[in-house]
Parts: sequence; structure tokens; C-alpha cells
Amino acid sequence: MLFLDHIYLIPLLPAFGAAMMFFFGRRVQKATVSAVCVGVVVLAFIMACGAVLQYTTWADANHHQPYQKILYTWLGTETGHFNFLTKDGSQAVFQADAGFLLDPLSSIWLLFVTGVGMLIHIYSIGYMGHEGGYYRFFGYLNLFMFAMLTLVLANNYVLMFVGWEGVGLCSYLLIGFYFHRKSASDAANKAFIVNRIGDAGFILGMFFIAWYFGSLRYTNVIAAARSGHFQIGDPIITAATLLLFVGACGKSAQLPLYVWLPDAMEGPTPVSALIHAATMVTAGVYMVARSNALFLLAPTSMKTVAIVGALTAIFAASIGLVQNDIKRVLAYSTVSQLGYMFLALGVGAFAAGVFHVFTHSFFKALLFLGAGAVIHSMSGEQDMRNMGDLAHRIPITYRTMLVATLAIAGIPPFAGFFSKDEILWQAWTREGTAYHILWFIGYATALMTAFYMFRLIYLTFFGKPRMSHEVEHHIHECPHSMAVPLLILAVCSLSAGWLSWPPSLGGSARFEKFLDPVFAPEAQVLQEEGKAAQLAAGEREAEHTSPSEYLLMFLSVAAAGVGWFMARRSYENADKGFTEPIQAISPPVYNTLLNKYYVDEAYDYAFTGRRKIGDVRLGVMGLGEASSWFDANVVDGAVNAAGWITRLTATISKWWDTWIIDGVGVNGPAILARMLSYPARLFEWGLVQWYALVMTAGLVGFVFYYVYH
Amino acid sequence: MDAMLHISTLHYLVLGAALFLLGVIGVLTRRNVVIVLMSIELILNAVNLNLVALSRYWQGMPARLGGGAQALHGQVFAIFVITDAAAEAAVGLGILIAFFRNKETVNVDEVNLLKW
Repeated sequence: MLFLDHIYLIPLLPAFGAAMMFFFGRRVQKATVSAVCVGVVVLAFIMACGAVLQYTTWADANHHQPYQKILYTWLGTETGHFNFLTKDGSQAVFQADAGFLLDPLSSIWLLFVTGVGMLIHIYSIGYMGHEGGYYRFFGYLNLFMFAMLTLVLANNYVLMFVGWEGVGLCSYLLIGFYFHRKSASDAANKAFIVNRIGDAGFILGMFFIAWYFGSLRYTNVIAAARSGHFQIGDPIITAATLLLFVGACGKSAQLPLYVWLPDAMEGPTPVSALIHAATMVTAGVYMVARSNALFLLAPTSMKTVAIVGALTAIFAASIGLVQNDIKRVLAYSTVSQLGYMFLALGVGAFAAGVFHVFTHSFFKALLFLGAGAVIHSMSGEQDMRNMGDLAHRIPITYRTMLVATLAIAGIPPFAGFFSKDEILWQAWTREGTAYHILWFIGYATALMTAFYMFRLIYLTFFGKPRMSHEVEHHIHECPHSMAVPLLILAVCSLSAGWLSWPPSLGGSARFEKFLDPVFAPEAQVLQEEGKAAQLAAGEREAEHTSPSEYLLMFLSVAAAGVGWFMARRSYENADKGFTEPIQAISPPVYNTLLNKYYVDEAYDYAFTGRRKIGDVRLGVMGLGEASSWFDANVVDGAVNAAGWITRLTATISKWWDTWIIDGVGVNGPAILARMLSYPARLFEWGLVQWYALVMTAGLVGFVFYYVYH
Repeated sequence: MDAMLHISTLHYLVLGAALFLLGVIGVLTRRNVVIVLMSIELILNAVNLNLVALSRYWQGMPARLGGGAQALHGQVFAIFVITDAAAEAAVGLGILIAFFRNKETVNVDEVNLLKW
């Protein structure tokens, strides 16, 4: 149990690397930086593998309980000031541990965060080799790994929130890595500020949970939620879960808070791959999946999650259809795929959602790293209109990216097919027309996904070369440190889906069975709710073998094929000044999509107030101006009035002091004395002999007086 | 003739009074500070004369009233006054010299600073 007992080392190792970079990074060689930072992540990956392996044996002997390792009580005490009464009047303690929890759900996140993280660290050695701030980059990456692993391994919401904020901070730091570029620092601010909105929701949701369930530890909360004391549709739980989902929307870039993610592509490409595709943005999915027991008590929240997820999926995918920046296409693709994950969670297919997170982390990381390799070989060019015909010049990049594209488009037997098909199937089998609409949205999104991904492939790797001669001359395949992670990720993108080979195709869905301890009790709840499809293990078999599933599978593959075919026909021979098919059909639609539905502009008007409507400024800046006016006129006015009154009092006081106290009281007697002194002075004119004469006269006078008296 | 030649205490006192009067007139009327100082010496010496004369007069009185050969207080006191007069002359002349250095005069009317 070596690894399991020391599970806290998994996040602490990258923290150590980050601390080393913070204190000594500037002074050491690049080779040392790489050795330390990549070394600690490799160690963390090995420890994670060991811990998960040990957990599986441990769990078999312990009724598949989650494994908890509590180091110490971090917030609150048994008898401290944080005791309070829960809503039903029982005593509760606001307490958070520095504790770690390993169960199948966190195992999956742990494995792909450390695994993909390790590959991206290795890739960064090559990609960032020529950049300044090498140690800074790796320090931030390690800090991110620490925060993400804390988020994943925490055993309570508060510690999860620490990791949650930590990854937000690292995201900010890394988006703004090229901080000398205005657009990068703006994008970093945008990401941070938009995430704040979500985080506020998360915090409020946490307060509701603490107040309602009397604890923030997952095990306690989930036990309470499953105890049956709470009604399905309880308004407090609905509020709490909706607020948590607001947090998830911020972190996982869902409508309406998705706007930061496309801009986050200002960061270095490995960062986009690690943070803004594979790991951090799935934190929202993790949080919702972790809170599944709560969400199942709130059908409204579940529906909200599903609807927001589906809308985000198709919304982002439609924007992705026309974007020209290779990283932005992938960014919108990420938002869209995250929408899929939330759609899955929302329809109660938690395992399918988590599975899509898992497969997505591989192929999306691969796509970003491939895009990074393309950009690297194109001397920094990111616009696909200036690429083309790269397939035989950078074959490794091309082949690995093609694997990832096949995976994300949902072509069997690549990974994306299994996870995406599972989600669509689960959406279809929920009863109700609404779910069929959601299925259709998901299905249309799948078609768009195939189209824009193959558009990316054809524009980048086929057609006529559209770059300048100088750039063309410099095209080179990436170094080994970049190629090896690409190849490993390509293998994963191909095979990760096989972990959940559906029973209908003769598989055993091992991945979902692994997650059963986390989600299985929810299937019971869904059954009791009466609206759900029969998801229990026995029923699942029967459902999966129904002919409609094969039909749906065929339809998804057909959609992917159609998307591929359309992209091929439109872009196969793209030359300079090629026409976009959507532009040819309907220029207004094309412009709307190209400008991202003008959402950023709308936000600028409505929320940030960077633009005025007439003389009126709305939003935050309008609020700022109103506050500024209030401060300048009301608050400062009050201050100035107080000052004016003080000055007036002081003036009166000074007049009183000068004329009454000093004048009458002090100088008055002095003046009187002086005036009286004038006659007295007349007797004294300074002649000694005169004085002597007066004395003598006095003496003579006295003598006469006494003699003759 | 005998009676005429006998010089009684009263003679001394009259002479002392005359000298005193002369001294006072000198102090009050003369403008030269040196003369004024000299006039003060006159006054002091007029007092000395009185002291000595009355001391001699006391020596002729009976001892039971404090007189007799031993009644020398007045004469001793006169010696003190002479000493005092010398000291006073020294200080007075010192002031006079300091004054002369400043004003280049020894005229008392011009010493009129002693006022408000």
C-alpha cells in the first residue's frame, strides 16, 4: 500500500518542482529545469499508476469504498467556532480536511491528468526550447499540475475549491505567458474575470451544501443525499446544484461563460493542450460528476445541465465551422465537446460523460500538440488560409493529427466513436420528446464536428501550398521530444475507446463497470424517478442489443462520413483565395459565424460596458462610472461639506480667539497698564541728582515731621 | 577764656552737620561726577565725625550705663566707615571710568538712562 498511503505526494511532487523553479529557476540551466520539472511529473504519473493499481485491489477487499487519506483538519475544529445548525436543526461542523480521496472517478482523472500532463511536459521541452522564460513556463506548468491534482484528489468541496482556484490562477498566468503582448494579457484577464463569475456560483453552492447537509466532505454529503431523507426536486438542493453548475460553466466554458476559452489560445500551445483542452476545462465535468448524488435529487438542474450542454455543443461547433485560426478551431471544438460531456451528465449518463472526458483528453491534447507542431514548423503561422500541402512535409504530425481527427469525428474504431456514440445513445433512450431534441442537437453537432475537423485537416495538410516562400523553406518536422508525445497520444486516441467496448458490439463496457461504485446507486434513483430508461446492469444488456442502437451507431458514423465528404469536396484543392462553402451559400450567416455570433460585442455593450450606447454606458464599466460619479459627487461632496463646516467653525473660532480672548482678555489689561503708565513715567527722567534731591527732600520732610509733630 | 577754649560735643556735632550739609549740597548741585564722589566722601566723613564725637561723649558716662573707657563702638564703627568709603570710592571711580569710555564725559546730567 506504499503508493496509496502516500497519495498526498502525488500533488506535492509538482508543487516541489514549482517551488524549485520559483526559488532557483532563474539561476539554473535549461537542462536542469527540464530535468526537475518533467522529472517530478513523471514521478507523479508513476505514483498515480501505482496508487490506482493498489486502489483496485484495496477496493475489492473493502466493498468498493472510496479510499480516504486525511492528513489533518485544515479548516474548523470539532468544537471550534464553525459549529452551526443545519436546516433541520441538527448540529453540524464546518470542517474541511487536508484530505485525499481516491475512488474510480478520481482515479480516472488522476491517470489522465498525470499521463497527458507528463506527455505535454515532455513536448514542451522541444516546443519551448527557444523561448525566453523557460523556467517560468515550467514552474507554472508544475504549479498547475499541483492545483489540478489537488482539485481531483480532494476529499471535500473546500479543498477542491483550493485546487479550482489554483488551476484558474495557473490558467491566468499561462494565458498571459507572453505578457508583453497586449492581446495575451487581455485574454488572461478575461479568463480570470469570467471564471470569477463561475467561482462565485461555486462558493454559494458550497454554502448551501454546508448548510443543508452539515458537511462538505464528499462521503458525508453523498451518504446524506442517498439516505432518502430528501425529496427529489428539493428547492434548496436545486439551488445548490444550479449554483455549482454555474461554477462548472465558468471553468468548463459553457454558455454563457464560454467566451474566455477561445481567447485563452493566446497562451503557448502546450498550455492550450494541457489546460484548455485536456485537463482544467474538464474540472467542471468532474465537479458535476462528483456531485451526481445531489444532481439526481434536482431534476431541474439535470435538465439545465443537459440543455446548456447541448446548446453549447452546437453553438460552439457552428462557430468552429468557419474559424481560420487553427487553434481557435480547436478551441471551439473543445467548448463543443465539453458541451457533449455536460449533455451526457444532464441526461444521467454520468459514466458516458466521464468516458468522453477520458477519450477527449487524449485526442484533443493530440490535436493541440499537433497544431503546435504545425505552428512550430510554419514559423509561428496560425492562419490556416496560409497553410496547405503539409502532409508529406511533416508526416508524423500529419498522421498523428489524422488519428486524432478520426477520433473526434467519431469514426470507429477510434476512441471518440465509443464515447460520443454512448452519449447520443443515452440521450436517445431517455423518454420524452425533449430528449430526442437534445439527441438531434448532439447528432447535428457530430456532423459539424466532422466537417470542421476535416476542414482543418484539408486546409492544413492538403490543397495547394499557400504560405510564403520563406516560410515554406523553413518547414521542418518537429524534434523527437515533440514527436514522441504525439505518437503516444495517437496510440491512446486510437485505443482508449476500447476500454468501453459496448456490449452490443461484443464488448464488456469495462470502463463503466469500473465507475459503477460511484454512479451505480444513481441508476436506482433514476429508476425510482420513473422517467429514466432502465439503466440497471441487467436491463442495460437488453437495451444495448436493441436494433435502434445499431441504427443510431450507423447514423453517427454516417454523419461523420458526410462531414468528411463535405469537407473533402470543399477544401481538397484549396488554393489562395479559396471560397468557403458557407460564404458562398449565405454571406450573412458566414459573417455571423465568423464573428462568433457577435457575443463578445454584445458582452462588451451589456456587461463590460467598453462601448457606449449613445451616452449611456452599461455593464460593469457603466457601474464603475456611476460609482465614480457617486463617489465624486455624493461621497466627496459629503466629505467636502464636512471640511467646509470645519473651516467655517475654525474661522469663527479664530475670530473669537483673536479679538475676544487675545484682544479683550489678554491685550486689554496690557493696554490699560500701558495707558496708566504714561503719567507715571513723567516722574522719571533719568537724572541721578534729581532722584537724590527727591530722596533728600523726603528725608528732610520726614525729619521735620517727626521733630515738629 | 577757658570756657571759650573748651570744645564740647556739641561743637563736633555742629561741625558734622555743617560738613554733611556741604556734602549734600555738593552731591545735589555739582555736575562733575568726581566732585559728586568727593561730596559723598564729605558726607561719610561728617558721619564719622559724629560717630567719633558721640563715642568720646559716651566714654565720659558712668560704666553702669554702658559708658567708660571701654565704650569704643563708635570709634570702631568709624574705621569701618572709612574702609567702606575707600571701597565705595574705588567702585565709584571704576564705574566712572567705564562711563567715560562710553560717553567721553563725566557730566552727571548726561547720565540719564536710569528711567523707564
